[in-house]
Amino acid sequence: MNLQDIALGRLDWNALPILKAIENPTASELIGGGAAGVVIVGGLAVVILITWCGWWRPLWKDWLTSVDHKRIGIMYIVLSMIMLTRGVIEGALMRTQQAFGLDGGFLAPDHFAELFSTHGTIMIFFVAMPFVSGFINYIMPLQIGARDMSFPVMNQISLGLTAAGAALIMISLVIGQFSTGGWTAYPPYTGKVFNPGVGPDYWIWSVGIAGIGSTLSGINFAVTIYKERAPGMTLFRMPLFTWTVLCAAIILIFAMPPLTVATLMLAADRYLDFHFFTNDLGGNMMNYANLFWLFGHPEVYLLVLPAYGIFSEVIATFSGKRLYGYASLVYASLAISILSFTVWLHHFFTMGQGANVNIAFGIATMFIAVPTGVKVYDWMATMFRGRIRFSVPMLYATGFLILFVIGGLTGVILANPTIDYQVHNSVFLVAHFHNVLIPGVLFGLLAGYHYWFPKAFGFRLHEGWGFVAATLWIVGFAVTFFPLYVLGIMGLPRRSFSYQEAAFDPFTLVAMCGAGLILSALATLVIQLWVSVRGRDSLRVPVGDPWNGRTLEWATSSPPPEYNFAVLPQVTTRDEFAMSKANGTAFPTPDRFADITMPRNTALGMIMCIGGTLFGFALVWHIWWLALVALVTMLGSWVAGTFRTDRHRTIPAAQVAATHVAWLEQVATATPTTRDSEASSRNTGRAALDLPEISA
Amino acid sequence: MTAQTSSHPGMNLGDHHGEAHRTAETLVFGFWVFLMSDLIIFGLMFATYVTMLNPMGMAGGPGPKDLFDLNSAFIQTMLLLTSSFTFGMASLALRHEQGKGPLILWLIVTLCLGLAFLGFELSDFSKMLAAGATPARSGFLSAFFGLVPLHGLHVTAGLIWLIIMLIQIGTLGLVSPVKTRLLRLGLFWHFLDIIWIGIFSVVYLWGLA
Amino acid sequence: MAFLSRFIVLTILAIGVVIHPDLAAADASFWTPAGPVAADQKAHFIRVTLLTMVAVVPVLVLVPLMLWRYRYRNTKAKFTPDWEYSGPLDLLMWGVPVVIVAVLSVQLWQSVKRLDPYRPVDTSTPILHVQVVGLDWKWLFVYPDLGIASIGELAFPTNRQVGLSLTSDTVMQSFVVSALAGQIYVMPGMTTNLHLEADAPGRFQGQNTQFNGEGFTQQKFDAIGMSEQAFEHWVASVRDTGVPLDPASYEVVSARSTQAEARGVLGTDAMPDDALYFSSVPDDFFNSIVARYHAGVAVSAAHQPGAPAPLEAGTR
Repeated sequence: MNLQDIALGRLDWNALPILKAIENPTASELIGGGAAGVVIVGGLAVVILITWCGWWRPLWKDWLTSVDHKRIGIMYIVLSMIMLTRGVIEGALMRTQQAFGLDGGFLAPDHFAELFSTHGTIMIFFVAMPFVSGFINYIMPLQIGARDMSFPVMNQISLGLTAAGAALIMISLVIGQFSTGGWTAYPPYTGKVFNPGVGPDYWIWSVGIAGIGSTLSGINFAVTIYKERAPGMTLFRMPLFTWTVLCAAIILIFAMPPLTVATLMLAADRYLDFHFFTNDLGGNMMNYANLFWLFGHPEVYLLVLPAYGIFSEVIATFSGKRLYGYASLVYASLAISILSFTVWLHHFFTMGQGANVNIAFGIATMFIAVPTGVKVYDWMATMFRGRIRFSVPMLYATGFLILFVIGGLTGVILANPTIDYQVHNSVFLVAHFHNVLIPGVLFGLLAGYHYWFPKAFGFRLHEGWGFVAATLWIVGFAVTFFPLYVLGIMGLPRRSFSYQEAAFDPFTLVAMCGAGLILSALATLVIQLWVSVRGRDSLRVPVGDPWNGRTLEWATSSPPPEYNFAVLPQVTTRDEFAMSKANGTAFPTPDRFADITMPRNTALGMIMCIGGTLFGFALVWHIWWLALVALVTMLGSWVAGTFRTDRHRTIPAAQVAATHVAWLEQVATATPTTRDSEASSRNTGRAALDLPEISA
Repeated sequence: MTAQTSSHPGMNLGDHHGEAHRTAETLVFGFWVFLMSDLIIFGLMFATYVTMLNPMGMAGGPGPKDLFDLNSAFIQTMLLLTSSFTFGMASLALRHEQGKGPLILWLIVTLCLGLAFLGFELSDFSKMLAAGATPARSGFLSAFFGLVPLHGLHVTAGLIWLIIMLIQIGTLGLVSPVKTRLLRLGLFWHFLDIIWIGIFSVVYLWGLA
Repeated sequence: MAFLSRFIVLTILAIGVVIHPDLAAADASFWTPAGPVAADQKAHFIRVTLLTMVAVVPVLVLVPLMLWRYRYRNTKAKFTPDWEYSGPLDLLMWGVPVVIVAVLSVQLWQSVKRLDPYRPVDTSTPILHVQVVGLDWKWLFVYPDLGIASIGELAFPTNRQVGLSLTSDTVMQSFVVSALAGQIYVMPGMTTNLHLEADAPGRFQGQNTQFNGEGFTQQKFDAIGMSEQAFEHWVASVRDTGVPLDPASYEVVSARSTQAEARGVLGTDAMPDDALYFSSVPDDFFNSIVARYHAGVAVSAAHQPGAPAPLEAGTR
C-alpha cells in the first residue's frame, strides 16, 4: 500500500464528473457535470453571500448552535426545501428522458439509474422526513403547551445527522457516483460482486447516518408528548396533529431499527466480506427484502400520519368548526400505526412464498383502507354544516381529498396479490405511491407550510401566488401521474430508461408536460416566498392568530418567544384556545411571572453534522484514518459535553414580563379581523369572534 | 416517612434526592424508549441468526457443534449475571446515599466482571477465527458475528460509560446529572444481561440442540 | 375547480385508451389477455375497482358539493360549529368500509388460491416443463424433456399448461409474460415456479421488470403460443439450426451482454434474427446452476457471470 492509498483511499481525479464531461461531452455527461457545477457554484455563492452580508456570526449564534425547537424545525424545513428542489428536477429529468425514450433518449442508462436512485432516496429521506420532522419540531411543543422538547440537545444532534446524510448525497453529485440500485438498494445487485464501486456505499452511509438521527427524533417526540404536556392537557385533549405525531414517533422508534440493521448488514457484506445477502455461501437476499420493508412500509405511514394531522387542523380551522369524530380520528391513527407493521410483505408478493402468506398480508393491507377511509369521511363531516373559507391550505386539502381516494383505490387494487403479480414493478406502482405521497404527504406539508408560516415568521404568505402554486401542484400531479397508471397497465416496467413500444409515447409525453407543471409549481413557491418577504409589512400578524385558530400554538405571539409561553397555559378542554376565545378568557394577564430556565446553545449538533459527513465520506472512499478521526471526534465531544455543568441559563422574570406585557398591549390595540377579510392587510392576527349572520 | 412517588419504571432514587429524582422522570423514561428501539435491533439480529441456522446457511462450513464452547459461554453468563448483581448493589448504594465509597467500590467490581466477560468472549472469538470460522465463511457465521459481537460492543460501550461515570463521580461529585446517568447506565447494564440470556439460550443452547 | 374538470377529462381519456384494446400495446398487457390466468387477473382488477368505488365515489361527489354548499358567504346554509359526533354516522363510516373490505377479502382469498402461480391452472393436459435461467440481460429457456434450449423465444403449444421453473445466474430479476400470467421473482441459488397457458396462437411479449443494469430494458423475449404441429416444427428447427449449449457457449450467453451481443457471437443465419437456438443441453443443467451457489465454497466475482469485469468496475 503506498502513501496515496493510505491518505486518500480509492479517491482520485477520475471521481470528478466534471472532468469526465470535458473529456467526453455527451448529453448525459454534460448534465451530470453541470449538476456537479451547480452544487459547487451554489455552495460558493451561499458562502460568499453570507460573508458579504456578515451573517456568519448570527448564523452560528442564532441558528446552527441553537437548541430551540422552533429554530431546529425551521432548519429542517429549509434543508428539505433545498433537497426538494433537487428531487423535483431529477424527477422532471426522468420524465423528459422517458418522453424521448422510444428506442433511446439522451441519458446514459447508468445516469438514469443514478437519477431514480437519488430521486427516491432524496424524496423519502431528505425531503419528506425532514419536512415532517420540521413541522413536528416547530408545532408539537407549542400545541401541547411546552417550552421545548424533552431533549433539546439530542434534537439538535438529530438535525445534524440528517443534514450529514443529505450532505453525503449532495457530495455524491460532485465526487464519484451515487448508487444505481434504486432507493431500496436490493442486493445482490448492490453487493460487492455486482457493484464494487462507491455508489451503494454512498447510499448506505447517507441513509444509515440519517436513520440514526431519525431514531433519536422518534424517541424525542414520543417522550416530549408523554412528559412535557401543559397542566390539564390530557391525552384526549391533545390536538389531532399532536396525536398523529405520537403515532409517527412510535413508528419511528420501532421502524427505524430495521433500516439500521439492513444498511449495516449490507455494509458488512460490502466492507468485511460477510455473507448476509450474497449469492454464495449461504447468504439470503430475501432477508434483505424483509428487513428493508419492515422499515419501509411503516415509513410511509409515519410520513402520512402527520400530514393527516395537518389536514385535520386545517379543515377544522377553515370550516370554522370543531373537528368531527375526534375519537374516531385518534383510534384510526392508532390503528394505522399498528397495522402498518403487519403488511410489509405486500412489497414482494411475487417472491414465491405460499398462497396463504400472500392472502394474510393482502387482507391486512386492505384493512388499512378502513381507518384511512374513516378519516376521509371524518374530514368531510367536519366540512358539513361548516362555514368554509376557501384558503390556500383548503385548496391543498381539497386536492388531497379528491386525489388521495384515487391513490387509496389503486392501493386496494395493489393489495390483491393476484393483481399485484401483473402491475408489480411497473409504472402503475410508481403512479400509486406518488399518488399517496404527493397529494397525501406533500400537499399536507405544503398546506401546513402556508398555515403555520405566519406563526413562525410573523407575516402571512401571499395568497394569490399560493393559489397559483397549489393549482399547479394539483394539476401537475394529475397530468404527470395518471398517464403512468395507464402505462403500467400497458406493461412499462418502472426504472426503464427507454422502451420499444410506440404506443407508450403519447403517455410519456403527457407525463413530461405534467412534470413541467410541477417544476413551475416549485418555481411559484419560490416566487411566493420572495413576494411575501418583500411585502411582509402589509402581511404582518404580530398578535399571532391570523386564521382564528383553535389550538394552543395560536395563543402566543408570532413569532413566539424562545420559551413559547410566558406562563404555561392551564388546559381545561380540547380546542383550548377556541374555547377561551369564546369564553372571553383568551390572552389572560398573569398575576406574576417567574424566571424561565432554558438550555444553553451548543455546537454538538454541528460537530455531529460535520463529523458524520466526514465519517460517511471517508468510509465511502476507504480513507480509514479519516473515518476513525471523525468517529472519535464525534463520540469524544459528546462525552466532553457531559462534563459541562453550565448547560442552562435563566431568563429573568422581569424580561419575560416586559416582553409579554408588550405583546398583550398589541393584542389589546389590534382591531379584530372578521374571517372575510382574513386575506387582507387588515388581518393583524387578532380574530374577531362573530360570524356574519349565523343561522343555526 | 412520606409515601414515595414513583416517577418512572425501575428503581427510583426517591423523593429524598430532590432535583435528581424529579429530572429522572423524563430522562429515565426516554432511556427506556431508547432501549425498546435497541431491542428491535437485537430482535432482528436474532431472527437473522435463526434463519441462517440450517445447512444452507452454514454452506458446508463449521456449525455450532464444531465451534461453541458451552463451558466458556456458561462462565460468561455467570460473570455477566454477577456483574448485574453488583451493579444492583451500586444502585442501592446510590439510592440510600451510602456515600461515594461503597458506590465506587461496587462500580469497580462491576467493571472488573465486565472486563473478565469480554476477555472470555474475545478468547472464544479468536479461537473461532483461528479455526477458520470467520464471518466470510458462511451466512450462519455472518449472522453469529453480527449478533454476538454486537452485544460485546454494547458491553464495551457500557464499560467505557462506567469508567466515564467513575471519573465524573470524582470530578463532578454526586450531582443530579451524575445520579441520573448512573440510573440509566444501570438500566443499560441490566438490559445487556437480558440480551445475553437470549444469546445464551438461542445462539448457544438452541444452536447446540 | 379548473383542475377538477381537467383531471376528470384526463382520467376518462386514459380509461378510454386502456379499455380500447387497439390502443393498448396489444401483446404486452394483461388488459388484452391471451390466457386464462391473465384474463382472470383482469377480471379481478375490474371487480376490485368497481367494489371500491362504493367508498370512493361519494368522496369525489361530496367534497366539491360541501365546498360549494357550505362556502363562507352562503349564509343560507346551516352552521353547526359545535357539532362533533353522531353515533349512527360513525357506525356508517366504520361499518361500510369494513363491509367492503370484508367482501374484498373473500374475493382476494379465492382469487389467490385460484391463481396460485405454483399450481397448474389446467390439469387436463400433460404439463410442458420449461426451465428458465435469468441472465444479464437475457432469458435462457431450457426444455429438459426435449433436450433443447433457446434465448429470445419461449415457444409452446396453445391450450397446454406450461410449467416454468425459474432461477437466476446473476442478480435478482422478475419474470413476466403479462398477456398470459403474472410475474415471479427469479433468484440465484433458488427456484421459483410459474404456470401459464395461451388460449390462441400469438406472440406475447415477456420481460424482466426488476432493474438489473444498463441492458435492463432490452431483456425481452417473445412467448409464442402455437399449434402442436407448429411447436413440433419449432423444436425440430431448434435441433437442426442450434448450437450445443456447452460450457463454452454458456460462458458467452451468461456474460454481461444483451441478447443481440450474444447472438453476434453464437448466432447463425439459420436462426431467427432475435433468437438463439441450442440443439443440446447438458444433463441436469438447470439444477447445476442452482447448485453452484450451494457448493460450500465461495463463488468469486470472476465466476459470477453478471459481475462487471474488473476494468469496467473502476470506481463504479
